[in-house]
Amino acid sequence: MAPAIITLAADAPRLDSGSTAFMLISAALVMVMTPGLAFFYGGMVRVKSALNMLMMSFISLGIITILWTLYGFSFAFDTGNGFLGGTNWLGMRNIGISELWPGYSIPIYVFAVFQLMFAIITPALISGALADRVKFTAWSLYITLWATVVYFPVAHWVWGSDGWLYKKGVIDFAGGTAVHINAGAAALGVILVIGKRKGFGRDAMRPHNIPLVMLGAGLLWFGWFGFNAGSWLASDGVAAVAFTNTQVATAAAMIGWLVYERLRHGSFTTLGAASGAVAGLVAVTPACGSISPLGAILLGLVTGAVCAAAVGLKYRFGYDDSLDVVGVHMVGGIIGSLSIGFLATGGVGQTAKGLFYGGGWHQLGLQFIGVGAVLGYSLVCSAILAKLIDMVMGFRVSEEEEAAGVDQALHAESAYDFTAVGSRIAGALTGGSSTEADASPTKKVDA
Amino acid sequence: MKLITAVVKPHRLDEVKEALQAFGVHGLTVTEASGYGRQRGHTEVYRGAEYTVDLVPKIRIEILVEDSDADDLIEVVVKAARTGKIGDGKVWSLPVDTAVRVRTGERGPDAL
Repeated sequence: MAPAIITLAADAPRLDSGSTAFMLISAALVMVMTPGLAFFYGGMVRVKSALNMLMMSFISLGIITILWTLYGFSFAFDTGNGFLGGTNWLGMRNIGISELWPGYSIPIYVFAVFQLMFAIITPALISGALADRVKFTAWSLYITLWATVVYFPVAHWVWGSDGWLYKKGVIDFAGGTAVHINAGAAALGVILVIGKRKGFGRDAMRPHNIPLVMLGAGLLWFGWFGFNAGSWLASDGVAAVAFTNTQVATAAAMIGWLVYERLRHGSFTTLGAASGAVAGLVAVTPACGSISPLGAILLGLVTGAVCAAAVGLKYRFGYDDSLDVVGVHMVGGIIGSLSIGFLATGGVGQTAKGLFYGGGWHQLGLQFIGVGAVLGYSLVCSAILAKLIDMVMGFRVSEEEEAAGVDQALHAESAYDFTAVGSRIAGALTGGSSTEADASPTKKVDA
Repeated sequence: MKLITAVVKPHRLDEVKEALQAFGVHGLTVTEASGYGRQRGHTEVYRGAEYTVDLVPKIRIEILVEDSDADDLIEVVVKAARTGKIGDGKVWSLPVDTAVRVRTGERGPDAL
């Protein structure tokens, strides 16, 4: 047996069950990031719109999965031209179940389902900027159009074998450009069109459940190992370094954010720890395949402090980026992408060297091109799409619905039922004893 | 009769209750309340955004007493509720026209 395997190994890549298993697990890990994100965002909004925040992430799992199957995967990853993929894989046809992703030892289907999870979470990321105030139908239409016009092409630019940024040599290991800058810039584009929440800057809009935010941040951190380590598409040493860098940079960013907060505002806040961790995850995403763990510490510390400062910009400039998608994802993504130009060692998954490792300015220049192209394209397209939707159907809910809460208005639900807490009063008012009020369901009243 | 109303820090409730029992007060009403005086609440910070939370939790205690006991009772409450720190609360009294015990229909001081 052994000699035959050795002979064949020298030929084209063969299916590697280790890498395939690792990639299927990674895909599942990335999938859990979307519900994780839903909780991360959901805890940060007020009680009256907690469910809507969860739903804006969850619906992405529904819509994008279908789009991906119909045309997303083909447009993003089939060979076409520098700007858009081809049409061979429309409807996931023409893909043999044992056909391998070119140059790798995993099936195309495995790669497709792994990348699907990226396509799902990216539009979901945008929703954090739109808390409390948009129609669910408008949001659903928006992500349908945005994924089609922005995400699928940009994924092709950055990761397609004939994508123009990829061919230039721009490095985006796991989606700092295609996912985070892309989503952050899109968030900025939409909020510039739709405007602020009623009472922004005047009313207190405190998070309603920070433990939920921590739960979400924890799930994101956990899932991110699949996101980053899986992006090497093989289970080997480079994936392990990417995994390590993910952990290290995230830890450092959490500490960086907390130190900034302590110096600037006097407290180590829980929301700060969660936000710092997410900012670190974002920043290390493009860089985790190029830098060393020591580089990851530096990257994390800088990211934590800079993003902590950046989230305050919305008050200075007066745009309502409700849950800081711009401050965390766009800014974090930019720092991470540019960090490759400084910190790439040339000895991990990529040979490009950064400024600190004797690589000169070249890679930094390339990273700037990648950042600028994706940021500009996403920002402009996103604003145009938002404007179109606003003109056709109205992007925002009515003032009355916004004041009463979008959960009631859009989903006919509320996140928490506290009637049991007030049952004594409820019982007294309806003439029953408190125990009866606890046990019996609420009577339906015909109004 | 007088109605003594005290708004105090929640953690002083037990001390106030014990002091009132020692004084011989038979009944009292306790309500959770919120408000602020000169201390103006506290500040919370979320991602750098500072929110002034000016309504802080308080306990409101109400006691009906005879006129002759009112001044002493106020002293008892003040002594029991005092921590010396800002936000200790306030005690005041109001004249009361009528009080009726629901069970018996007794009126005035007999109802206390």
